[in-house]
Amino acid sequence: MSGASIVLETDAEGRRWLRLAGEWRLMALATHYAALNAELLKQAADASLGWDIRDIQSLDSVGAMMLWRAWGHRFPENLNTRDDLEPVFARLYAAGKLKEAAPEPVPPLEWVATIGGLTLRLWRHLVDFTGLIGQVVLDAGQVIRKPREAPWRESSANLYKSGVRAMPVTALVGFLIGIVLSYLSALQLKNFGADIFIVNILGMGIIRELGPVLVAVLVAGRSGSAMTAQLGVMRVTEEIDALATMGVSRSMRLVFPKMLALAIAMPLLVLWTSAIALMGGMVSAQFQLDISYGYFIETLPKVVPVANLYIALAKGVAFGIMVALVACHFGLRVRPNTESLSANTTASVVSSITVVILVDAVFAIATRSIGLPT
Amino acid sequence: MTAVIEIENLSTRFGETWVHRDLNLVIEKGEVMALVGGSGSGKTTLLRQMIGLLSPTQGRIRLFGEPLFTGNPEQERNLRRRFGMLFQYGALYSSFTVFQNIAFPLRELGVVDEDLIHDLVMLKLSMVELLPRHAWLMPSELSGGMIKRVALARALSMEPELLLLDEPTAGLDPDRSESFVRLISSLHQQLGLTVVLVTHDLDTLAGLATRVAVLAEQRILALGTIDEIMKVDHPFIRNFFCCDRAQRALQGRISVENL
Repeated sequence: MSGASIVLETDAEGRRWLRLAGEWRLMALATHYAALNAELLKQAADASLGWDIRDIQSLDSVGAMMLWRAWGHRFPENLNTRDDLEPVFARLYAAGKLKEAAPEPVPPLEWVATIGGLTLRLWRHLVDFTGLIGQVVLDAGQVIRKPREAPWRESSANLYKSGVRAMPVTALVGFLIGIVLSYLSALQLKNFGADIFIVNILGMGIIRELGPVLVAVLVAGRSGSAMTAQLGVMRVTEEIDALATMGVSRSMRLVFPKMLALAIAMPLLVLWTSAIALMGGMVSAQFQLDISYGYFIETLPKVVPVANLYIALAKGVAFGIMVALVACHFGLRVRPNTESLSANTTASVVSSITVVILVDAVFAIATRSIGLPT
Repeated sequence: MTAVIEIENLSTRFGETWVHRDLNLVIEKGEVMALVGGSGSGKTTLLRQMIGLLSPTQGRIRLFGEPLFTGNPEQERNLRRRFGMLFQYGALYSSFTVFQNIAFPLRELGVVDEDLIHDLVMLKLSMVELLPRHAWLMPSELSGGMIKRVALARALSMEPELLLLDEPTAGLDPDRSESFVRLISSLHQQLGLTVVLVTHDLDTLAGLATRVAVLAEQRILALGTIDEIMKVDHPFIRNFFCCDRAQRALQGRISVENL
């Protein structure tokens, strides 16, 4: 394969000819495209120059386009060409005749429309989400009336996937958080000689607040994203439409089992994670403050009223339902392309964590007089 | 004539099933080779092996006289730039516009300036009979026929010498399918491409293929022009070519006495 070459010659009559030869194909041109193109443009500035392209061995549209552009989108006056090169240029000529639509100018008040569009989108989200909640409530009623037709198998599978399989990671994170929290608190408490209050701090903090929120964030990242992606892909592959065609309710078969599974799994995970986090705190307290395991376990029920545990379990149920609903809401909005899938999965995780924090704030206000030690 | 693809003693196994055994095939420069065969006969597998998406269990495949897997990344990449593939469902990048899809391979090459890329994309669009305004659409806004055309334009954007088509007309209505066949056939003549296609559709076969390879019983059962293949006496070929619908499809090409 010989590369493209350009030779400038002067013939007997004193006319200057640019003789092109070799392979004018993309793969052959690629290595020295910039130099060749610059040379062509320089030479083409001289309108009286003759062009001889008879020695070109092969010409593809990239090579032809280079020449065509150097010539200013028309044939030069003095051109020696070969018949079999004609069709390549004919294609360029045909393509050049098509009118190109200029991109539409941005209207001056575009930003108003953008804000309006965003507001409408938020509104649609709220309406759809409310619709989804309503549908799930109807499904729940249906399940209570006809328990035999409920999707128990799917619920059980979801329970295993988002509950049992989440146990190792929640335990690890809980244990480490417990250690860190206990260690940092111990440093402060030592200064005040208030060592024994480590049990109060860890007990109240972890059981009432940290345990449920920690689990909710982990589950939103772990199961919420998986649910959105699963529903999204089912949407892309038209599986959801296939379900609808067979007269199966998508909310009953896809949304309800996920919600039920998380509503059951989350309080259990909260219990599990809080227990492990307290263990981590206990270990750290023993090292830092010499508080024995026996004392810790004995004191815990005295300083943390049992109501806190009920609040934590209630939070677990509420967070689980919210995470599942938000995940399904975004999953069902996925349009059939990869961009939409990734955008909705991100939005799902971010929104469900935000919603969890919001619901947690509501809980804090609603339970402000319950379970606090007197 | 020089061989573009040489396949020697190729065997493929998926689990316990042998898809191909000792398969040999040579595809010459400039021909349109159609691979036909029943479902599960390994047509698409063979096509994917030809371009190195799958590696065969045994045997050798050479493209343009070079092996596909040389261990030299530079060489492999250059080899891969010499062919274009049209996937069955287009495989357009859904987050790119039509323009970006067609420009993508050229931009990856990284040597051609943006103005030239723009002109080349417009040229490819006109070659596949689309309009410049279609360049700014997203793949999700295109119809099935347009997706195939854009995918073809993308496959052609690197000026390939070899074009591979996986079910080029599947999912198109007969009218679109016919015009797509005409388009490929005219591009084949204009650009001097070598074309390998996998198809189930007899109209596509009759309209495009210069030679046909029939895949059955884990090997190339028959190889030749359509007329030659029709003379082969084998249950699969009889069923595939000689039932009523096949006769209707091939009517334009051959007289009934040949059957």
